[in-house]
This record gives sequence, structure tokens and C-alpha cells, in this order.
Amino acid sequence: MTNFPWLSVITFAPMIGVLFILLIRGNPEVEARNTRAVALWTSLITFAVSMGIWVKFDNAIVGFQFEEKAVWMESLGLAYHLGVDGISMFFILLSTLLTVLCIAASWISITDRVKEYMISFLVLETLMIGMFSALDLVLFYVFFEGVLIPMFLIIGIWGGPRRNYAAFKFFLYTLVGSVLMLLAILTMIFESGTADITTLLNHDFPVSLQPWLWLAFFASFAVKVPMWPVHTWLPDAHVEAPTAGSVILAGVLLKFGGYGFLRFSLPMFPIASAEFTPFIFGLSVIAIIYTSLVALAQEDMKKLIAYSSVAHMGFVTMGCFAANQQGIEGAIIQMLSHGVVSAALFLVVGVVYDRVHSREISTYGGLVHRMPFYALIFMVFMLASVGLPGTSGFVGEFLILIGTFQVNTWVALLGATGVIIGAAYMLYLYRRVIFGELTKEDLKKILDVSPREIAVFAPLIFIVFFMGIYPIPFLDVMHSSVENLMERYHSALAAHNAVAILAK
Amino acid sequence: MSLAPFPTLLPALPEIFLAIAAMILLMIGVYSRQEQSARIVSYASIVVLIITLILVGIITDGRTLTFGGAFVSDTFGLFIKTLVLIASSATILISRDYLIMHGINRFEFPVLIILATLGMLMMVSANDLISLYLGLELQSLSLYVIAAFQRDSTRSAEAGLKYFVLGALASGILLYGLTLVYGFSGTTNFDSLEKLFTSENVDVPIGITIGIVFIVSGLAFKVSAVPFHMWTPDVYEGAPTPVTAFFAIAPKIAAMGLFIRVMTGPFGHLSGEWQQIIIFISIASMILGAFAAINQRNIKRLMAYSSIGHMGYALIGLAVAGQLGDTTTRADGIYGMLIYLAIYLFMNLGTFTCILLMKRNSRMVENIEDLAGLSKTNPAMAAALTIFMFSMAGIPPLAGFVGKLYIFQSAIQAELFGLAIIGVLASVVGAFYYLRVVKVMYFDKPEEEFDQPVSLEMNGVIIVTGAVTLFLILLPGPLLMGAAAASAALFPG
Repeated sequence: MTNFPWLSVITFAPMIGVLFILLIRGNPEVEARNTRAVALWTSLITFAVSMGIWVKFDNAIVGFQFEEKAVWMESLGLAYHLGVDGISMFFILLSTLLTVLCIAASWISITDRVKEYMISFLVLETLMIGMFSALDLVLFYVFFEGVLIPMFLIIGIWGGPRRNYAAFKFFLYTLVGSVLMLLAILTMIFESGTADITTLLNHDFPVSLQPWLWLAFFASFAVKVPMWPVHTWLPDAHVEAPTAGSVILAGVLLKFGGYGFLRFSLPMFPIASAEFTPFIFGLSVIAIIYTSLVALAQEDMKKLIAYSSVAHMGFVTMGCFAANQQGIEGAIIQMLSHGVVSAALFLVVGVVYDRVHSREISTYGGLVHRMPFYALIFMVFMLASVGLPGTSGFVGEFLILIGTFQVNTWVALLGATGVIIGAAYMLYLYRRVIFGELTKEDLKKILDVSPREIAVFAPLIFIVFFMGIYPIPFLDVMHSSVENLMERYHSALAAHNAVAILAK
Repeated sequence: MSLAPFPTLLPALPEIFLAIAAMILLMIGVYSRQEQSARIVSYASIVVLIITLILVGIITDGRTLTFGGAFVSDTFGLFIKTLVLIASSATILISRDYLIMHGINRFEFPVLIILATLGMLMMVSANDLISLYLGLELQSLSLYVIAAFQRDSTRSAEAGLKYFVLGALASGILLYGLTLVYGFSGTTNFDSLEKLFTSENVDVPIGITIGIVFIVSGLAFKVSAVPFHMWTPDVYEGAPTPVTAFFAIAPKIAAMGLFIRVMTGPFGHLSGEWQQIIIFISIASMILGAFAAINQRNIKRLMAYSSIGHMGYALIGLAVAGQLGDTTTRADGIYGMLIYLAIYLFMNLGTFTCILLMKRNSRMVENIEDLAGLSKTNPAMAAALTIFMFSMAGIPPLAGFVGKLYIFQSAIQAELFGLAIIGVLASVVGAFYYLRVVKVMYFDKPEEEFDQPVSLEMNGVIIVTGAVTLFLILLPGPLLMGAAAASAALFPG
């Protein structure tokens, strides 16, 4: 089956689940149970199929694989065009995996409007996969922006007390950035006459236009990443979102920005990217150090992890714009690792939240006495987040720092201090929650992780160590695509500089 | 002296049919039994509108003129007329429940809608200043009456009166503009006017410029563009809800059609004189529509500001069509505008049908807060209204996004970057109040349920419009082709 439409099948498989869920009828109890089962099976099947693309992925191919193309809006030159390369492939797997875990993690914590909940997550899955596999600018935008709708509902309906504020802030912040990107996309279509990403990757936009397009894309991606100072929506959204919402938000949605920089900003506007690199480095360093310090002072576990996300994503932007092999591959690994680790940390918080219904650090303490397995799981992810060698977090941060060091030693140095503060706030969090005397009354009867919860964490722990100890299979997939990206970036820069020298 | 030859009636056949049918329906209404008349006439009028739609489709064949060049039938007209006829027939369909509930289910209502529709079709086909004015007035007079249709309600009467006074003023301004243009050019025919202004070195007399300004003002009133929008919120709020639904859709689309025809036709070569004005009213409408709606509590007023905003977006297309330069760019402006209007029709129709379902204990409720917790009490309706709201905010993958995509694409193509940037930023502000409706339905505690059951017609309208809004992005082909043919008809060669 050479022409099997892998990507379309993976993208739209969750929608079939949605159809089934819509047809479920019965008393509320039965309805909720069946809905959960359908959602879980749909996401599991989608995940299984998505593993197929990793198996069939050819590491040697430089360009896109599994390409599909169909006519869409002809008058604008838009096509339904899907495909993956070494950069995007793992993000699809990340999306399908985390959706499964989200649905499993919400098994008992969501009892209200289960149908709508599961539909939201499955729609979200479709949009996320579509986003990473779209090879048409407008198709990309449709998926990119469409994500806002289910996420808005997830935060707003199943969120915490300040969910209205958080949902609106999330939606409007991201929308402001995105609409500017839409104009840039339309300008690109007008200028180049095509919306096809594969063509545009080798299209030279006029030097005078590049900074504007770059800035418009930056407006959108910087909010998504999120970069300091437009990160303020993230702590609010994370705190108010239900556990699974936080997981998807941290695990996949934040990757949209980093992916966007690699897919669009660097190869399509290389000259502007080079010009703005110091700017990005500056923001990244501020994000790493400032938000790490902010994280140190947090009293709310979810908020702390949210700020740590901003810091970790600061490494990603730094690595992307270092624009060398280590930097970019490190950024991708860091995104995948962060996708797994921060998602896991939110699930870890969710475990105790489901039992005690508090996210305040001060309500906990001494959990190790009642929940040894939980303490172990928490420790694995805490150390992965810190970047302990042997875990996935180490590989990403290390590669990024090597890459950045070659470009700018000061930035690398300042970035590295973030790792230290990172260790400080995570260990401090761990000590306050897990160790100490078990004095709180309501914690004395708390139960350790259930088999279902272990089943949720097991694959994540496996990935954390797999990526940390033997990252070669991951890096091999990226190599040719990243090399291609860098070749494109540096040759465009060289050509531009040659012209500039000639002009003198 | 020889008699003028009898004009060919064929290009105007749909309009003639509609006029005769309206009179016959009036007779049927008068002579049939009281309790039966309203039902018979309203169903018959839907049939009549559908037949008219078919006739429009059949007879449109390239560009044909009749009545001494005062009436034109072309693919552009076909497109706009299709939208208008869909809107009118759907309005009759969804208004029955409301009219029965308020004891005003009289056969005059559908007949007035038909007469207004006839006026709209005439407007769209106008190729002469006189026929333009005739069509516009036939439409306006019918609308004045149905705004005040709920006679025993002071709000409705007030809305009707307000609409009449301001509308008459606007008509006066428009008429003044028409006479100025006639006075300085010596002709009322669009084709002759266009020829007159084609040669580039002709100095445009100041009277023509002033005339154009007056015409633009009058038409801006009809499409409720800022600064001629003041009547909209009050009339929308006061008029009976089905009438509001009608006002928000069919006359807007028809007036936009007329706007396009007048500006790109006779004054197409004078765009230097009017493009700035259009850009201004477009920006002002988008901004006012976005900001003024934020504080509204009444959903009908909210929709009024929303429609002002939408007209602002649609007018971007007209501003593009005023860009001097190659005709493809100009045609693309109109193309985007037509797509936008078509999508506007479906979104609004669906939304207003939902608003018509907001009734408790046989009384209409109109506050946004009344929708609280609708997702629990009536999940299907909440889902539909959510689709419409996100679509109006222009969020993909819903239809509203497609409209915005094409409009902004044309603006970028014409290098009207400022307009495009203001437009997208206003759409973010606008998103806030659409989201608020969703928030009330999904995030807030449930209120009392709305009356059940919902009639078959209204369910049907919601399902059809909802499906169009949701799935248009998968199959945009037919709409795009229709709009392309229609916009190409205005820019031959």
C-alpha cells in the first residue's frame, strides 16, 4: 500500500470517534461510560496508526514524505496538501500519544458533560495533527487557529474558579498574534503566487519584505511559545484548565510556536531571522532567568510548572535561532522532552488534585509516607525537568547549550544559569510536597497511585529514559531535514552577504 | 411620431412574475377565510419566491439590457438575487411562530416581504439612476411598514417611525445626489455615464463629485455603515424579531449589490473620488461594530452592531474595487465581497433563528444572560449558536473565516495594508463579544429552559445554515465559482 493516505487517516480518525460519540444515547451513567470507551479506543487506534508513520519513515529522504495533495480553494491557489519530514514527524506522535493519556487521565475526574469533553479532545487531536502535517499555508492556519475553539471550551467549561478570565485571555492573546500572521500569509501568497510550503521553503522573499513577514509570524509564534513578555496568558490558562487541558496545552500547543519558527521563520525569511537573532536571544535569556526566578516564588503547583514551561521554551527559541545542527536538533528534542515531561508533571499534580482538590503547595507535605510510588514517579519527572543526565531533558538542554555556545558564549552562559535555577525550584517544590512530616489531617488517608494512573505514567517514564539514554533513533529521523534546513538558511545568508559586499 | 418599440420583457421576467404574484397573493389573502389566509399566503409566497429564484437562474444569460437600458440582467445580479431570495423565503419560514405567538399572523406580512424583495431585485438590476431610485423606494417603503408591523407594541411603532424618518432623509440625500449627477452629466443611464467618464483627461465637474458623495452617503445609510448607522441598533431592537432578521440580511445584501453596481459601473473610472470615502466608512464601521457591541446586553442590539461591523468588512472589498490599476485586482475585491455576503447570509440566518427560539412561557426574551446554561438545557441549539458565533468571529475552520480570508486577500493584493491591519485587529476585539455569548451558554449556570418543541421549519433552517457554516471549508467550490462569475461580469475584459 504505497499510496495509503496515512496522514489524512491519522488526522481525521478522531472525527470518526466524534461521530460515534454523537450517536451515543442512554441514561447519563451509561452514556458517560460508553463515551469514555469510544474516546479511548479512537485515540488508541489513532495512536497505533500514527506509529505506522514512524515505522515507514525513511530517514534518508530530505524532503517531505507521505505527501498527499488535493484541490481545495483553487482561485487562491490553495491545496489540501499534507506531508511530514524529520522535524514534524515526532510532534504528530506526541499529539496522538498525549491525547490517549489525556482521555485516560480524565476517566474519573470528569463527570460533568463527558460527551462534550471527549468531543473537544478528539477535535483538538484532529486539529493538532493537521497543524503539524499541513503543507499549505492557509491549511496550516486553519488548523493552527482552529485549536482555539476546543481549547477555549475546555478551559471555560471544566476549568477552575477563574476560568472565564483565563479562557478569554488565552483566546484573545493568541488571536491577536494569529491574525497578523494571517495577513503575512496572504502577503506571501500574493508575493510568491503560491501557498505551497514545499515551494515556499526555497522561495526568496524580497529582503525589504522579510522583516515585516518575520515580525508578523513572530507575533503569532511568540504568543504560542510563549516568550517573555507575552507569556502571561500561560500561567492563568494552566492554573484554571483541567488537568488534561494543561497537559495538551503544555505538551502540544506550546510546540506550535517552536515548530513554526523552524518551519517558517528560519527557512522562509532567513535574512530577517539572522537580523533578529540577537533579539530572540535576548528574549530567550530573559525568559529563562526571569521566569525561573518567578517559578521559585510560586505557591501554586500548576503555576510553578507553567512558569517552568516558559523557561524551558526559552531554551527552545534559543536553540532554534542558534541555527546550527546541535541547536536545532536540541530544540526539537527539548520540545519533545518538554512535551512529555511537563505533560507528565501536570498529570502528577492532577493525581493529588483529584484526591485533595487543592493545588497549593502548602496543603501538601510528607506525601512519601503514604504514596511511595507517587513520590517515585514525581521524582523521575522532576529530575527530567531539571535536566539530569540520563533523562530526556538533559539531551535537549545540552545540545542547545552546545549549539548556542558556538554562536554566542554569553547567551549560552546566561542560559546555563537557568538550568541551575531550574534545579532549585524543582527540588524545592519536591521537598515541600513529598518530604517532611505528614501532619495534614486530610492527607493521612490519601491513597497511592491506582493501576490506571500507573498505566498513564508508564509510557511517559519509558520515553523519558529512552530519549535520555539512547536518543539516536530520534536524532536520526531529524538529521537530513535539519541539515537541509540549515543548508537553506546559510546559503541564503551567504548569497545575501555576497550581494551586500558587491554593492559596496 | 413613432411609438417606442415595446421592450423585451424576458430579462425582467422574474421581477414581473414576482410583481404579479404579489398582487394575486394579496387578492387570495383578502378573499380567503380570515383564519386560513395567513397560512395559505405565507406558504404560497415561499413557493413564489422559489419559482422566482428558478426563473432568475434560467433567464440569466450573459448581460442583457431592456427597458431602454434601464434594467440589466447579468451574472452579478444572479448572484445577489439568489442570496436575497434565499434570505426572504427563509425569513417567511422562520417568522410564522413569532407572528402567531404575538397575534399578528396576518397575510400582509409575507406580501410585504415579497414587495420588499421585488424592490431589492429591481435595485440589483438597476442600470439607470431612475430605476435605482424606484427599486430602492419600493424596498424601503415596504420595510417601513413591516418595522411597525406589531401595531400594539410601542417599541415596534417607534422603530417603524424612526426607520421611516431617517430612511426618508437618506433617500432624500440619495435623490439629491442623483439629480446632481444628472445635472452635471446630462444622462441617467449607467452605461452612458460610464462612457462619459472613461476618457481620462476629462476634468470631473465638482457637481459630480458632490453628487457621488451624496449617493455614497445615502447608500451607506441603507447598509448601515458608520457614520450613518445610528438607526440600526434602535430599529433592530424595536422591530419584531423576524423583521429584524429580515432587515439584517436581505436589504443589506441588496443594498450592497446596488452599492457595488453603482460604484464600479457608472463611477468606476472615478474611483479616485470615492475610494477614500469607502475606506473611511469601512474602517469606522469595523471599529465601531467591534467596540460598541462590547457593552450590549440585548442580543438584538448586539446583532445590530455585529452587522455594522460585518458591513465594514464587506466594504473593504469595495475599497479594493476602487483601487486604480489592473482589473483583476478590482474584480478580486468584489469577488471577496460577494463571498463574504453569501457567508454573512447563512451565519445571520442561523443566528436569528436561534434568537427567535429564545422564548419562555410564550414570551420572547432578548437578553444575552437569558441564554445562560443553554448548553445544558438545549445542547443542540447551544452547539448551533456556538458555531455561528465562532464563524462570525472569523475563526477557522468555520465559514466566516473563508469570508475574511478572501476579503483580506483582496486588500493585501491591492496593497491596502493599513485597512487590512485595522480590519484584523478589529476582528480580535469583535471576537470578544461573540465569545461572550458562547461563554454565557457554556460556562454559566443554567436558567429556565426555553419553550419546546421547536417547529420543523426552524429546526430545518438551523440545520441547513449550521451545516453550511460548518462544512463550507470542505467544499467551497460552488460558492467560489458563483462569486467568480458574478464579479467577472462587472469587469468585462
